[in-house]
Amino acid sequence: MDVLSRYEPLVEDFAAFEAACERPLPSVVRVNTIKADADAARAALAESGVDAEPIAWHDGLFEIDGQPGANWPYAHGWLHGQEEVSVLPALALDPEPGDRVWDACAAPGSKTTQLAALMDDRGLVVATDNNLGRISALRSNTERLGATSVAVTHEDARNHSLKPFGGDPYDRALVDVPCSCEGTVRKNPSTLEDWTMEHVTGIAGVQKGVLERAIQATREAEPSSTRPVRSPPRRTRRYSTTSSTPPTPASSSSTSRWIAVPASPSGKASGTTTASNAQSGYTPTSTTRAGSSVRSWR
Amino acid sequence: MSDESTRFDRLPATPADSESDDRPTREGVLEYWSDRFGVDPVTFEGYTFWERGSGKIWAFADAFDLDSPVDIEGLGMSFLRTRREHWKPTTDAAQRFGRAADACVIDLSADEAAAFMAGHDQEIPWDGDWGYLIVTHELAGRTEPIGVGLYLHGELRSQIPKGRRREF
Repeated sequence: MDVLSRYEPLVEDFAAFEAACERPLPSVVRVNTIKADADAARAALAESGVDAEPIAWHDGLFEIDGQPGANWPYAHGWLHGQEEVSVLPALALDPEPGDRVWDACAAPGSKTTQLAALMDDRGLVVATDNNLGRISALRSNTERLGATSVAVTHEDARNHSLKPFGGDPYDRALVDVPCSCEGTVRKNPSTLEDWTMEHVTGIAGVQKGVLERAIQATREAEPSSTRPVRSPPRRTRRYSTTSSTPPTPASSSSTSRWIAVPASPSGKASGTTTASNAQSGYTPTSTTRAGSSVRSWR
Repeated sequence: MSDESTRFDRLPATPADSESDDRPTREGVLEYWSDRFGVDPVTFEGYTFWERGSGKIWAFADAFDLDSPVDIEGLGMSFLRTRREHWKPTTDAAQRFGRAADACVIDLSADEAAAFMAGHDQEIPWDGDWGYLIVTHELAGRTEPIGVGLYLHGELRSQIPKGRRREF
């Protein structure tokens, strides 16, 4: 079957969507603000002879010629190669310095390190993954980027333990689940050859389990009447992705609906994962129905 | 679980708090960075130090004062090796905290820095102490630490880990 045709009912301009999926992914780097700012990174790229074009919607992103890792600012951990669209989830989660944050499916750590940078490397980012090989990449990235507020755990996120961290719940959770991967088609065109609906429906159950654990592990909003006077109000925020699965009788009554976002905010075509991650606005409560996309906070 | 130990034990504050004479202490770590590299101990306020395996010290921005031990895969960054007679900062620690150093810092020319990053040993004059040095170069108008070099007998030996070496 034509895998991407599943998106036709969801995408307004399907021809444009298909064309976007066939464009190769540009090489983009994110400035690691734990170690450098955008001006210094751009100057260092220029000194290294790398052409860097700023991405209009975010002053810490540059599109570059060639591999992200072959220059001085990368060697210093000033830069991290990260798809443009992959920068959005951590921005949506919007962590603050001092927060406790869980990154449930963290390797190889692009979003983990972005979260730590958004928090000025103060607070706690717990980065969980169930694959030791990928954890090795995660650790390598966190250390090269100088993120000292990150703790790495090897476990199934569905059974994540708060015990090593004192048992207190998180302020925020990023649930970037293992997925059906058709959104990676621009960097890995062969991904569609391995695609099966059986895998999608199987992985949807895992996704639901991880999201349920994230909801358990994040704090409830504190009513102002129960909050100590000196304690600032704490917002709880969760961001999750899921794969698109066909509606089931149990889920078809849900009010969730999909919108397509075939391009990044810069107007440049980007990874198609956004199309399966975006929902119409932010909902006030969490939804765990497999097959829906969920962003929620209280 | 990996082959590596996953148990992190927080370093005792001082030798008086330690059950073993051999075990590094927080006081000893701060003294090392201050005595060797001139890094003010204030730099490490807010960090706790943890030992994973024998003599592998990690630095963690410990906002929530975790209870020791912690059994996980990573806690902050690997920071210092204390197993041998001469302690050795990691590349990541030199890059993260080396800007605060004003002693045992060797600044390289562009060509020397490129050779150092590629993992090459080089004959370079140096009037200071032998042993582990923080190696810097100029980048975007800053003096930026690249990593750690071992200076012996007129030669600066690159300690950049194999996986981090680059030919520029």
